[in-house]
Amino acid sequence: MSIMDYNGSAIIAMKGKNCVAIAADRRFGVQAMTLATNFQKIFPITDHLYLGLPGLATDVQTLHERFRMKVNMYHLREEREITPSTFASLVASTLYERRFGSYFAEPLIAGLEKDGTPYICSMDLIGCVTTPGDFVVAGTASNQLYGMAESLYEPNLEPEDLFETISQVLLNAVDRDAISGWGGIVHVITLDKVITRTLKGRMD
Amino acid sequence: MTIVHAHQVSAAPVQTLMERRFSPYTENGGTTLAVAGEDFCVIAGDTRQSEGYHINSRYAPKVYQLSNGAVLATGGMYADGLTLVKRLEQRLEWYFHQHEKTMGIGALAQMLSIMLYNKRFFPYYVWNTLGGLDEEGKGCVFSYDPVGNYEKHHWNCSGSAGHLIQPFLDNQVGHKHQPKAQAGLLSFDHVVRLVKDAFTGATERDIYTGDYLEIFIVRAGGITKEKIDLKKD
Amino acid sequence: MATKVSPPKGGFNFDNFTRNAMLMDKGMKPPKYTKTGTTICGCLFKDGLVLGADTRATEGPIVADKNCEKIHYLAPNMYCCGAGTAADCDHTTKLLESKLELHRLQTGRKSRVATALTMLKQMLFKYQGQLGTALILGGFDVEGPHLYTIYPHGSTDKLPYVTMGSGSLAAMAIFESRWKKDMELEDAMELVKEAIYAGVFNDLGSGSNVDLCVIKKDSVDYRRGYSQPNTRGTKEQTYKFPRGTTAVLTSDIRQFVDVLDGDAMDTS
Repeated sequence: MSIMDYNGSAIIAMKGKNCVAIAADRRFGVQAMTLATNFQKIFPITDHLYLGLPGLATDVQTLHERFRMKVNMYHLREEREITPSTFASLVASTLYERRFGSYFAEPLIAGLEKDGTPYICSMDLIGCVTTPGDFVVAGTASNQLYGMAESLYEPNLEPEDLFETISQVLLNAVDRDAISGWGGIVHVITLDKVITRTLKGRMD
Repeated sequence: MTIVHAHQVSAAPVQTLMERRFSPYTENGGTTLAVAGEDFCVIAGDTRQSEGYHINSRYAPKVYQLSNGAVLATGGMYADGLTLVKRLEQRLEWYFHQHEKTMGIGALAQMLSIMLYNKRFFPYYVWNTLGGLDEEGKGCVFSYDPVGNYEKHHWNCSGSAGHLIQPFLDNQVGHKHQPKAQAGLLSFDHVVRLVKDAFTGATERDIYTGDYLEIFIVRAGGITKEKIDLKKD
Repeated sequence: MATKVSPPKGGFNFDNFTRNAMLMDKGMKPPKYTKTGTTICGCLFKDGLVLGADTRATEGPIVADKNCEKIHYLAPNMYCCGAGTAADCDHTTKLLESKLELHRLQTGRKSRVATALTMLKQMLFKYQGQLGTALILGGFDVEGPHLYTIYPHGSTDKLPYVTMGSGSLAAMAIFESRWKKDMELEDAMELVKEAIYAGVFNDLGSGSNVDLCVIKKDSVDYRRGYSQPNTRGTKEQTYKFPRGTTAVLTSDIRQFVDVLDGDAMDTS
């Protein structure tokens, strides 16, 4: 077994029309044993920027604290909000700094640039950034998420339609992975609001 | 008795334990799926045969028509699949001459399980999916592990992109997580469309799936076959 | 006492190394990195050189990125194709890019390919092959056109046509049979495209599109998506769900508002 599969997770981010969505499962477990079903894996960075951290739970929380510190320092030093692409570079270099002793998390970033342009990206655990035009996935259910998203995704969805698509992708994918699921949470980010919904999923 | 160590210089030939290992198995990739309808069954598989990063063949079909009402899709090791199908066809022939009728899919499914379990300690490295029509003319699907554990489903997908396609079938064929959707059985055209989209999607993300897609459609009138292009990269 | 926050000093951090080594000792499998899989190649022609790359990145048997960029910018007259561990390729070339920029500002001269080559090979040798990067370095400087390959351990080759990555044999087969000295630009671009095609179609680690980069004496022509032989076909049907399909437990909307009235902050 890989250490990446110790706690179990599934996260996905998608681009829509002037909006982005990011969704995650809510399970925290140790191998096959489920310990909590309200575990936070998506973290707000700014109003329009969210970070998803699938992987080893201890590193998820450590990384979140480190990024919180780094972003606060950036805001104090620069006196402006960090943009998604700048934040992606920050995350990538933080991970690559530990090339030979890495954190076990594969971050996803979803946000809107200042002008409302959607931005999504994913990284491997040592900071190799990929920025595709449609969707990014990560976690123990990544294969299932890839298959679902590749079939269901279509470009330029309105926020409410994007919510349905990303929710269906997530819920059906985690049902075929034994160590993720137990409910889901979705954030749809638009320029004037962020819609956060928890989903009814199978609890087994 | 003197013990001669490998590193000692000796005039006589040195005897050390030698071990040679040979693996009789290989993984040839590819994906297969089957969906059962009310009065039909669709069985499909891609035709790429690969080993590591290499493509052995772009057209090596691994879905076989066994009888007028049964189609078998094999995945895993191609050579084992061929041998298994050869033995199955032989058994079907004997059955036909002995009983003067073709074997029903229920009996065929049970026989396949037994033939796989007979090789419990040197298994055929094959993941089978059997699809066809039962005695009442209803579509049915059976899926197997390499040692003969089998189960009857309405839909199933296995092979290298099995993890990618299975949740898609759950959602689109089984209407999972769509509480308001009507859970009626799908029309035949609809299923074929889903199968095509499932494979084009899987070809995008799975490096072992591609080249061509072969779709077998089993209906009361007989079996038809359709071949479409998939991406070749 | 307030904790002093010191800026990062640069270089790698090994804080987690002992912990991770302990996990590996306990039988944990090492995690998968994104690899480029890759067919990359380059060849000289009459007026310069052409670099080529496919655009697939893989994570095991899964395609992680269908259209990634493998031809990296190093200097205005120099580009570099990377194969192997994707993060290593990205960050090593980024590091070299900034080193060369500083070097140019320091010396006031155009970068030379030999400089980049030496910096790269010394860095890779220092890390004893631990940085999994196989590179093709191409550039045009005062000495003329140069084409090098650099292996992960730091050894280098200088050849008129080169290939790297898992599709290197397929691509080299094309070069070996069809490359000629002093080809015209169009012929060289066609040849490099064919070499990448060989990798794209015959090697499972390579795929999607072909990127080209033509480097001549005073010009660079970077052709991202030069050839796209693997566009996705149209789907048989749409999979848009009616609104309200998914069962929701809780819903929360955070509305952002612009505060329009009120006095501006007194900053006098």
